[in-house]
Amino acid sequence: MPLLSYREAIRHALAEELQRDPNVVVMGEEVGQFNGAYKVTEGLLEKFGPKRIVDTPISEAGFVGLGIGASMLGIRPVIELMFWSFYAVAFDQILNNAANIRYMSGGQIHCPLVIRGPGNGGTNVGATHSHTPEAICASHPGVKVVCPATAYDAKGLLKSAIRDNDPVLFMENTLLYGEKWEVPTEEYLIPLGLADVKRPGTDLTIIAHGRAVVSSLAAAHTLEQDHGISAEVVDLRSIRPLDEETVLASVRKTHRVLLVEEGKPFCGVGAQLAFMIQEAAFDDLDAPIRRINSIDAPAIYSPPLEAQQLPDAGKIIQAAIELLR
Amino acid sequence: MLLIRRFEERSLRAYQAKKIGGFLHLYNGQEAVAVGCCSLLGDNDHVITAYRDHGHAIAMGMDIKALMAELYGKATGCSKGKGGSMHFFDPARNFWGGHGIVGGQVPLGAGIAYALKYRGIAGACLAFMGDGAVNQGSVHETYNLAALWQLPVVFVIENNGYSMGTSQARSSAGELSKRAEGYDMDWGICGGHDIYEVRACMAKFVAQARDRSKPAIVEIDTYRYRGHSVADPDNTYRTKAEVEEYRRSKDPIQVFRNALLAEGVLDEIGATAIDAAVRAEAEAAAEFAEASPFPAVADITKDVYWEEDNPSEKQSRGRIFFG
Ligand SMILES: Cc1ncc(C[n+]2csc(CCOP(=O)(O)OP(=O)(O)O)c2C)c(N)n1
Ligand SMILES: [Mg+2]
Repeated sequence: MPLLSYREAIRHALAEELQRDPNVVVMGEEVGQFNGAYKVTEGLLEKFGPKRIVDTPISEAGFVGLGIGASMLGIRPVIELMFWSFYAVAFDQILNNAANIRYMSGGQIHCPLVIRGPGNGGTNVGATHSHTPEAICASHPGVKVVCPATAYDAKGLLKSAIRDNDPVLFMENTLLYGEKWEVPTEEYLIPLGLADVKRPGTDLTIIAHGRAVVSSLAAAHTLEQDHGISAEVVDLRSIRPLDEETVLASVRKTHRVLLVEEGKPFCGVGAQLAFMIQEAAFDDLDAPIRRINSIDAPAIYSPPLEAQQLPDAGKIIQAAIELLR
Repeated sequence: MLLIRRFEERSLRAYQAKKIGGFLHLYNGQEAVAVGCCSLLGDNDHVITAYRDHGHAIAMGMDIKALMAELYGKATGCSKGKGGSMHFFDPARNFWGGHGIVGGQVPLGAGIAYALKYRGIAGACLAFMGDGAVNQGSVHETYNLAALWQLPVVFVIENNGYSMGTSQARSSAGELSKRAEGYDMDWGICGGHDIYEVRACMAKFVAQARDRSKPAIVEIDTYRYRGHSVADPDNTYRTKAEVEEYRRSKDPIQVFRNALLAEGVLDEIGATAIDAAVRAEAEAAAEFAEASPFPAVADITKDVYWEEDNPSEKQSRGRIFFG
């Protein structure tokens, strides 16, 4: 199977869906002539022309809202946020319009749009540019939230997201764009809401999404090699819908749970998972659930300190060892 | 202006040596705008700007040692290594940042003006933004509030022709400062390469704001020599010739230097001495930054809440940080 970078995988998903459905439109800042701030959309303008690949001014509330409106009348906009951090400028449009219109219209209207871009820290760009909005967004019924960790997942999930009839918030990671994984050449789709056991194990379950999956896999490898601990790594892939079945099956198998998440701890994705696990599988747990998040403060700029603010393999290994004690 | 230029050249070298992380948006080519505007300000006047903030910070008198240390992410930085290049602050010098979200600082600028007016202080606030920021909704809402409430704010649009890789023609309908007419505000436009021109244009608007609480929008045309940030290869949206032409004919430092030489205020020896002194200052700032310590891990959760940093004044209960 050919190796494809995460960036290329997303680009291929966009190109395939643009090809397949004339109503798909890619829109955002610098997506066309500049080839994308992170080069995800490179070459798409040349291939599909300015009607399909639309450069916008810096007006997130405007073009996100416009995308929602267009989706109501049959367009399938895929809107790029240069950083997910800029969602805040368009928050009203996302949460009051995209998430609510189907409900408030009694199901008469639906909003098939995707908002995508990188939502991560770890690149020393400071607090304004390092938000991880999956937990905040997923707490709003009406939107779906997807956080792929690999190129394979990014491609299959984005294609499903574009075909989905509800708004999908698709959160990528700048630190993964250059990472390569095996991606088949033939077409495939990954349904939203299906978690993936990225590494089977028996001693504990590590549950993660996005780049935290990559750190968890690295940690699981070391745990096996150096400590004889067999960790199962469950990649949620999508936060809402949430694959409770896969999570619970793993918990019932290993009886110990470590949640790893780049977002902040308070009301994070882990809080929801921990609730769900204790509610459904309390008797299966042999130890309290543990979690690792970013240190609870805005993202610090200072490069060596930001590295310590985020979850990493070292912290995961330590927590796993403690969990098994 | 020269200090800004040399500071940034030095910071660029540090960035290339991987001493600085994240983004570095250089102000090279635009120096006469910040210096011209800020040179008109008095003790009660204030400044706020976007992420391309090194020039404004220096023009407002910030110590370049603290700025360089901030870029290095050191505890001695102006924001203790927490903000980085885009988030310089120095309220003691009436400099309110350094803001990373395009357009996000503009309402704050009006808010500072509101506070001045409310407190009966005869001062003005200059709210700087780029030509790309004018299309943010918050900017338009703020224009209306400023005009409606006659706030002592001057919105300064630094038009360097591009927002990242998008030219003004590809991002904005109509003339930028003329949008003021829709809000019944005064507006102006001037060149930004000649510090005298900047000062002449701005003096009137600053005075109107300060003395009569009259807001205005002023567009100052300028140019950036470097890519949007140091990471921008700068090869898709403009020609090298365009950059070179501006540098050759309109470099703000060269223009000012030539004027001073022609007026006899400065001679070649004096000019060379200033340059040498400024280079040494930039070098010393880098040495200071290099020698400074990084913050400690425990510092990550400091400066988040007033009460946590001032426990003797604590009134609320409960747990505030979570792990
Ligand atoms: C709300 C928001 N959207 C997008 C960005 C990304 N971004 C940072 S700077 C910039 C271009 C701004 O151009 P302009 O206002 O002309 O300022 P200049 O860079 O020319 O100084 C963009 C798109 C951002 N920081 N904030
Ligand atoms: Mg600009």
